[in-house]
Amino acid sequence: MSSDAAKADRIRELMATEGDSVAANTRGFNEGRIESTGRLADYEELKDEARAIKEDAIGRLPELIDEVRESVEANGGTVYLADDAADANRYITELTAEERDADRLVKSKSMTSEEIEVNEALAEAGVEVVETDLGEWVLQLADEAPSHIVAPAIHKSREGISELFAERFDLDDPPETAEELTVFARERLGDLIEDADVGMTGANFIAADSGTMLLVTSEGNARKTVTATDTHVAVAGVEKLVPTVEDFSPFVELIGRSGTGQDVTSYISTLTPPVDSPVPDFADDERPLADDSDGDASADPDRDFHLVLIDNGRMAMRDDEELKETLYCIRCSACSNACGNFQSVGGHAFGGETYSGGIATGWEAGIEGIDVAAEFNDLCTGCSRCVPACPVGIDIPWINTVVRDRVNRGEVDSRQTDWLFEELVPDEEPAGLDLGTRVVGNYETVAKLGSLTAPIANRLADASPLRALAERVTGIDRRRDLPEFASEPLVDWFERRGGAAVPADEASREAVLYPDTATNYVDVDRGKAAVRALEALGVHVRIPDLPGSGRPPLSQGMVSTARAAAEDAYAGLAPHVDAGRDVVVIEPSDLAMFRSEYERLLPERSFERLADASYDAMEYCFGLLENGGDPAALRAPAEGTGPVASGERVAYHPHCQARTIGVGEHATAVMERLGYDVRVSETECCGMAGSFGYKTDYYELSMDVGEPLREQFGDTARTVVASGTSCGEQLDALLGSSPMHPVELIAPRE
Amino acid sequence: MSLADRSTFKRRLDALGVTVTEGPPSACAELIDEAAGDPAVGVALADESDDPADATVALPDRIETDPTTADLRAAHTGVTAAELGVAAYGSVAIEADRAGTEPVSLFVDRHVVVLREADLVPDMPDAFEWLGPRTRDESVDVVFATGPSATADMGGLVRGAHGPKEVHVVLLRDEETADKEVTADE
Repeated sequence: MSSDAAKADRIRELMATEGDSVAANTRGFNEGRIESTGRLADYEELKDEARAIKEDAIGRLPELIDEVRESVEANGGTVYLADDAADANRYITELTAEERDADRLVKSKSMTSEEIEVNEALAEAGVEVVETDLGEWVLQLADEAPSHIVAPAIHKSREGISELFAERFDLDDPPETAEELTVFARERLGDLIEDADVGMTGANFIAADSGTMLLVTSEGNARKTVTATDTHVAVAGVEKLVPTVEDFSPFVELIGRSGTGQDVTSYISTLTPPVDSPVPDFADDERPLADDSDGDASADPDRDFHLVLIDNGRMAMRDDEELKETLYCIRCSACSNACGNFQSVGGHAFGGETYSGGIATGWEAGIEGIDVAAEFNDLCTGCSRCVPACPVGIDIPWINTVVRDRVNRGEVDSRQTDWLFEELVPDEEPAGLDLGTRVVGNYETVAKLGSLTAPIANRLADASPLRALAERVTGIDRRRDLPEFASEPLVDWFERRGGAAVPADEASREAVLYPDTATNYVDVDRGKAAVRALEALGVHVRIPDLPGSGRPPLSQGMVSTARAAAEDAYAGLAPHVDAGRDVVVIEPSDLAMFRSEYERLLPERSFERLADASYDAMEYCFGLLENGGDPAALRAPAEGTGPVASGERVAYHPHCQARTIGVGEHATAVMERLGYDVRVSETECCGMAGSFGYKTDYYELSMDVGEPLREQFGDTARTVVASGTSCGEQLDALLGSSPMHPVELIAPRE
Repeated sequence: MSLADRSTFKRRLDALGVTVTEGPPSACAELIDEAAGDPAVGVALADESDDPADATVALPDRIETDPTTADLRAAHTGVTAAELGVAAYGSVAIEADRAGTEPVSLFVDRHVVVLREADLVPDMPDAFEWLGPRTRDESVDVVFATGPSATADMGGLVRGAHGPKEVHVVLLRDEETADKEVTADE
């Protein structure tokens, strides 16, 4: 992660030029998704159903390819299975330019066709290609790439489109309003569609049983593209196959809602081509439209259909246990819209050759190669807000972690000798891994050393010449305050105070308070507050000396190091779990390890035992209160008026990963039960995302991602609380005051 | 089809900006005449009634049911049947055929779509249960159209992109259901 000035400059430029437009659109889509999926009573069941269909389909893909070939051929169409982009383009150009001698091909929107760059291949063969989706047409005129997989031109403003039309069509009085621009485009494109020879579409899904393809559209251009031309070429990745037409149903209910927040788009076309419509003869338009000359109800005999199925790396992805899940992607764009970084920069920064957003890492790694994915993979911070948004439940952060791990291993440069660091850090990574990645990845060791040598370490860390040096060597931005290490770790404090204040035989429950690295070495106060809160509710608390969870190395793609840490942490916790003790965690990113990522790092039974026994500190307090705990033992807002009562009003930012694992709202419930007036942030992630915002390449981006939080909480007199350490640092930077953990708010005073 | 489905369907269409008029099959021509602009083209409606005593559903005379491509180009309104309605979404299923239902519903400013109440199903899974066998046995091409065509690509939401700007649903009430309702009211 050491500084890449060119990349950082590019991100700054995109934030300045396209950021506002992208942010307004993606945040609108994201809010729409939350509302629209919220109206579905069986949302989770539909997602499970969709996931199961994809797992089954990808599992027996070769069989489905054979079946669809038979179905399409029985309908009178042709199937071509293309190994790669060149193979597909050769077939399509031969068909279009040679067999059909076509002058013009009209296209509806298809990301797969962009992946294979068929437009360029057709143009070389002398065929004019016209994109008929209004957004794609704008980009074709502007010679720009899509910035979003569903709404390709969201980076362009209305004014920008008007100027573009004026320039391209030499207009003195160009259309200006959205309506005028649409009418202008519709008329231009209408004429171009009428004279076209070949129509090309993508396909969102294809049913193997009948050869029926499903297209999700709103403008009507795909319908016109197919109807107005006698030759239909559909380009689709092999992963679009599902077994039956009935399998389309959950996807139809989910895809629009998940993407742009529409319950369903205007048109869901289910075509079993060649289609039955007559081919309108626009050149000789006095002829009757209807064609019943042969008295047949089936497809028009003049129509021809070619399904070009694209492999282009997909069958290899299917054999790759980690990348395989990418093939379940239905390209809805939910992961882009839910992503804080994407909202700020869009797909021109957070994307590869074709695809953009979090899932693009999987697509680009599988299709283009690891080096293309490596260029933007850093922008996934692992905040995990895309995970519940994904309609097929893809663990997108995990795909990004795995690809980062492969990048780390691929980037090993044997000439680099960081023997000093090699001695110092206990990681399992290859020598030569860049130093910034290692500093963050070995944060536990750094924190332990920092705590041992505090306050000297803290003073040195703040000394500006050293910060400048550190920025150059590790890529940690000098504008960030570094964590200040406590001289007495939480574990030592607990031992010094004599351990538990509530004896085990008098306790309602027994709990291990997990000394996560941030709480143990940096923010010891919230650990002490958690002890007070739990003991006030009658819990026998223990704080054993336990190793870190492995979150920092995992965030850097250091999977082996993270796995070793997970094994150590589990080994330390297992006897406590066996003894029937609950595991209470303060830092949400560590709890998310236990409840989510450990599924990938530990044997299934170990994962399940620890996940079932683990609780977020506020979730645990919530549970204790629900089970008869006395709320009067905790701290209610201060009585009275004026400044004394100001603590009653709280602004709370739940941690991104806490939201994903479903423990973001317990703090709200507990605070409200105690009488606090809580305003909860609507921002998916604060932008700091662990170590991301510390990196000098991403400092401005990180601050921009946090901007909605500043807007929502910036001029509030409310007491700001946040559960994540890095959220706290970010809120401090955004609001100028350091928030406390909710448990510090509700714990009885010392 | 239940009363709840019909009211859900109408509520969804209303939210989509789609006008609905309804009446018995005998009022079909009149309802279409009120809904259609001028000039109008259409595809003749199949009379699916088993009972010859039922009124024959028909288009008004002014609708050109054997249009040329030039007529289609010039048309303001296109009138077609829908095979199915999906109550939960306000969608209508338009089936492509050799008579030109797809282009007549598409290359016009206003689409007037005629749906029998009996063809209304509650939700999307019902629609695909209906569609599945028909794709396998008859290779049908069906578009589930929900409201007018739309785009958000030009810097704001615009109704009326490549397809129709307006949609009007003529809902033909089932005489039997109407009778039952009367009974239920008593």
